[in-house]
Amino acid sequence: MNIADIAEVQFDAASFWEAAKTHRLLVARCNACGEAHYYPRQICPFCRADDVELAPASGRGTIYSLSVTERPDHRRVVAYVTLEEGPTMMTRIIDAPQDIAIGDAVTVDFEASPDGLTVPVFRRT
Amino acid sequence: MSRACIVGAFEHPTRKAEGISVAQLHMQSARGALADAGLTFDDVDGYFCAGDAPGLGPMSMLEYMNLNVSHFDSTDSGGSAYLVHVAHAAQAIATGKCNVALITLAGRPRAAGMKSAKMPLAPTPDTPFEAPHAASIVEMYGMVAARHMHEFGTTSEQLAWIKVAASHHAQHNENAMLRNVVTVEDVVNSPIVSAPLHRLDCCVVSDGGGALVVTSEAVAKSLSRPLVAVRGSGEAIRHPSAGRIDLTTSAAAVSGPRAFSEAGVTPADIKYASIYDSFTITVLVALEDLGFCEKGKGGAFVADGNLISGIGRLPFNTDGGGLCNNHPSNRGGMTKVIEAVRQLRGEAHPAVQVADCDLALAHGTGGSLATRHGSATLILERQ
Ligand SMILES: [Zn+2]
Repeated sequence: MNIADIAEVQFDAASFWEAAKTHRLLVARCNACGEAHYYPRQICPFCRADDVELAPASGRGTIYSLSVTERPDHRRVVAYVTLEEGPTMMTRIIDAPQDIAIGDAVTVDFEASPDGLTVPVFRRT
Repeated sequence: MSRACIVGAFEHPTRKAEGISVAQLHMQSARGALADAGLTFDDVDGYFCAGDAPGLGPMSMLEYMNLNVSHFDSTDSGGSAYLVHVAHAAQAIATGKCNVALITLAGRPRAAGMKSAKMPLAPTPDTPFEAPHAASIVEMYGMVAARHMHEFGTTSEQLAWIKVAASHHAQHNENAMLRNVVTVEDVVNSPIVSAPLHRLDCCVVSDGGGALVVTSEAVAKSLSRPLVAVRGSGEAIRHPSAGRIDLTTSAAAVSGPRAFSEAGVTPADIKYASIYDSFTITVLVALEDLGFCEKGKGGAFVADGNLISGIGRLPFNTDGGGLCNNHPSNRGGMTKVIEAVRQLRGEAHPAVQVADCDLALAHGTGGSLATRHGSATLILERQ
């Protein structure tokens, strides 16, 4: 089972992945309690109501933490980014400069993953 | 009050299991622990194992060992599972479900050619959001270290002291994979794997296994081994909380206080601690969450040899731990309990044995500290 197959049967987040194909980042927010969450579920993980909506995110955030691995051909950066909307998500920072750091402002971009998902990544703003 | 006791403990001496199957390692470890206790396979009426055991839950291993038990448990929280098993065995014994519980662990990632642990790809709801980034376990723990450094000013040199202490202990363990004593400079000058973690911040990859035998106090008193009682236990799972992640606190902040409360003791009473050490940062975060120091003060606590037996306030991982000795199946919880039992019996290497060691703590962290993980804490007492 590859990652895209796994995503396909996690029905909660279907619209998230559909939007990602056209390079739009959605964030899940509950209409009952008003809280945003990540990763998207159809049942709110805070108040457990069924009233969750996926709406466009600003695409701006800040780096909460990161780990930098220098590869022969590129700098690989795994990170947690805190979105303007509130939730913190696991991602990567692409084209990162050497002084990339916690607290840096970042903007969303998208990358095709090898097994067929288009996934949100970030670059320094 | 009657307390369950750990009467048998065995650490498989191999570190590279060429030509030995995982099932065989489990059974060799079981045989060693039962022999240590003065019991036989026929005495076992409870069996505990986790995901490293081949097959569905305990079924295949029970068949392989040809055991028939009246109680079983295959709770899996990664490397901390075996501490959970000790606690669950004590609970099962207290409620009369079994009298002699056998717990086994084994694996051969080294012989199988595994260089570093990768997160398994499972059809879980989180997988599509994490797996595409293919974060290695070092990158995951690197993020924990980076955040701890950012919030509290923790340094690579402070983290290095944890490895330095482990190496001081490992020099006396003839089975340890890394027996050379290292300095803070050695650690911080070793190659960076994933910043801020260096190669020497990481544990070894080793084959092997271990087993424990837990019995009722009545059975334990009929045997000739020193009585090591389970005085307190705690377990907890922590996860990214739907996007409200806090990487500097672990599930030990729940499992630790529960174990201390049940035992009726405080961190200041603990004479020896086995702390799961997949990475140096794993130890630092656990020490803070368990209450050995304030949150954020772990760096100062571990510095200047404070974890070295005979020198520091809190001797830890006197077998060399996962950082230097052994990390069988990439799951370090079993060996944590085994060394705590050695210390409480007075059977640790004389160079690292803690004087009059009558109260010890063992702590495990399983899964990934940066996402979903399970912590388990045991407080063990020599009676
Ligand atoms: Zn809600």
